[in-house]
Amino acid sequence: MTQAVSAEAPPAATPPELAPPRRRLAAFAPLVVLVVAVLLPYSTLPLPGLFDGALNKPGNLQILAVCLVFGGLAASYDLLFGRTGLLSFGHALYFAAGVYGTDVLVTHAGFPLWQAAVFAVVGSTILAALLGAIALRTAGIAFAMVTLAFAQVGAILVARDFGGLTGGEEGLPLASDGLPDFLLGVANTVNLYWLALAYLAVVVLVVSRVAASPTGRVLAGLRDDERRVGVLGLDPYRYKLVAFTLAGGLAALGGVVYLLVVGGASPHVTSSELTLSLLVMVVLGGPGTRWGPVLGGILYMYLDHRLTSLSADLPGPLGQPLFVLGAIFILAVYFFPGGLASLRTRIAPLRAALKRSPTS
Amino acid sequence: MSTFILLTLTGLGLAALYFLVASGLSLVFGLADVLNFAHGLFLSVGAYATWWAAGHLPGAGPTGFGFVLAAAFGVVAGAAVAALVELVLIRPLYSRTIEQVLVTVGLSLAGVALLQATWGADPRPFPRPEWTRGVTGIGGANIPNASLLLVLAAAAVLTLLLLFLRFTRVGLVIRAGVENREMVTALGIDVRKAFTLVFAIGGAAAALAGALGGVYLGSVSPAQGGSLLIFAFIVVVIGGMGSVVGSAYAAVAVGLLQQFVNYYGTAGLGDICVVALLAIVLLVRPQGIAGRAVTA
Repeated sequence: MTQAVSAEAPPAATPPELAPPRRRLAAFAPLVVLVVAVLLPYSTLPLPGLFDGALNKPGNLQILAVCLVFGGLAASYDLLFGRTGLLSFGHALYFAAGVYGTDVLVTHAGFPLWQAAVFAVVGSTILAALLGAIALRTAGIAFAMVTLAFAQVGAILVARDFGGLTGGEEGLPLASDGLPDFLLGVANTVNLYWLALAYLAVVVLVVSRVAASPTGRVLAGLRDDERRVGVLGLDPYRYKLVAFTLAGGLAALGGVVYLLVVGGASPHVTSSELTLSLLVMVVLGGPGTRWGPVLGGILYMYLDHRLTSLSADLPGPLGQPLFVLGAIFILAVYFFPGGLASLRTRIAPLRAALKRSPTS
Repeated sequence: MSTFILLTLTGLGLAALYFLVASGLSLVFGLADVLNFAHGLFLSVGAYATWWAAGHLPGAGPTGFGFVLAAAFGVVAGAAVAALVELVLIRPLYSRTIEQVLVTVGLSLAGVALLQATWGADPRPFPRPEWTRGVTGIGGANIPNASLLLVLAAAAVLTLLLLFLRFTRVGLVIRAGVENREMVTALGIDVRKAFTLVFAIGGAAAALAGALGGVYLGSVSPAQGGSLLIFAFIVVVIGGMGSVVGSAYAAVAVGLLQQFVNYYGTAGLGDICVVALLAIVLLVRPQGIAGRAVTA
């Protein structure tokens, strides 16, 4: 009887030094994953069905690099959507500003890469602050529509090709003059992979540090109950603007890395569909969690790529990656509200129940 | 002078297209608080259903009365799809606004991909009845008949909607629901029936926009709805959410501004001016021309 009662009692919080070794090891898991990811290009392991040929073939490394960039991008979007509760439909704008800003400065103005990148990221961040200052005057759904409209201006500007700057529909290939040697050529794809990995690590670090800071607590408060934060004497507008600006800057940085990985800008990066797919990534992965959006972004881009290359073999609408991803997304909204990140907590009670049943 | 008249009337034609899409969006948002990203899909469904009916449905055809029948089929298809979406996908998520938006986003992605898988991504030539290919001389300007048709259709839809909202019992419930949904529910009226109806009406209007827009543009493609939807969103925000009349004013303002600036400035500048107008309206009057205050 007493045993049954103690089994029902909630587990007391254990200080870290007394925690079982398995949980202490879990804290190092991200580090282990990072080391594995860094060493991945040295593996010649073929993964049939998942990738064509050896893993460290330049083509596969480039796919992985794109996946990593989008993992970071999804994490930066999650700073808005999952952490602050801002439903922005214009995140693609700041990503595209990073892509096109750097590309135009390098290709047309002849700037060296690092200068162009700094200018583009700083400029995009200022842009995010200005547009955020206007858009945040509205809330909720209206905010979503307004950010969508602003992003649409970016798409129009790029598509109409004013002054021959952006190349319009054709896109703008990145001129290789301003680039350092270690980023050029197929043999150096591995450096781009490491660059993308570094970007992902930076975003995850920044977002999780911000989320753990006092500012992050206020942001979580805004997500849960904005009025209450206002009553506490804090200015919601200012905190939301900080989150919006920071997310915009991180997205612009991702744009620079993406530009280098794919070697040029295409108008696709300005489309509202890009923002919608970011939303899908975050919701699939698990909004407001550290690893959910990253996993969602990587998985989404991988599936998108993989389904496109398999589309010839699949019947009917299944050959359309967006049909499959859209359908998965709708199902996820209904049946997995917490996304991939919630799987562990959903499985835990099941496992506990299974473990308990033989003893009782 | 003739250029001015031409630009005004073609601008009004564009405004009519925006209004047809925006009126449904605005009502749905006002009543049910659902930002419907799938509204562009209803438009595409209407366009494709009309296109299909003109070729396959007995009695329907590309010109004359046959086209009217084809367009009617498109409108019914749009309304049916919209009602189905509300019943199956939106209703179970009642009052969970963000999830509803997410579902409509997923639906817009999957639906467009489905259309693409069925009929291909390339634009298809749309049947254009004989009369709509001609022009009518008004004040020395040759106005394309397709623009006039759009303006007439939008005016008819606006009149019918206003009469419906003013003089019928269901219209009263919808207006009251836009004003204060909780109160209407508390009085024992089932607002959810009105939701389905408003979705169907919005779907029908969007499908009509799809059919007539197909005539106006001469082709139909899966992504058409999405690009129109963004301007419809802008019209809804400028007009004030939940107000049909506000949407009409805003649609006229947006359509005319876009047409004139695109003609006298460079192409594309008009679209940017529209967004600038949106920013100004938000700074001066965040609730829109005729709307209630927008809150989270």
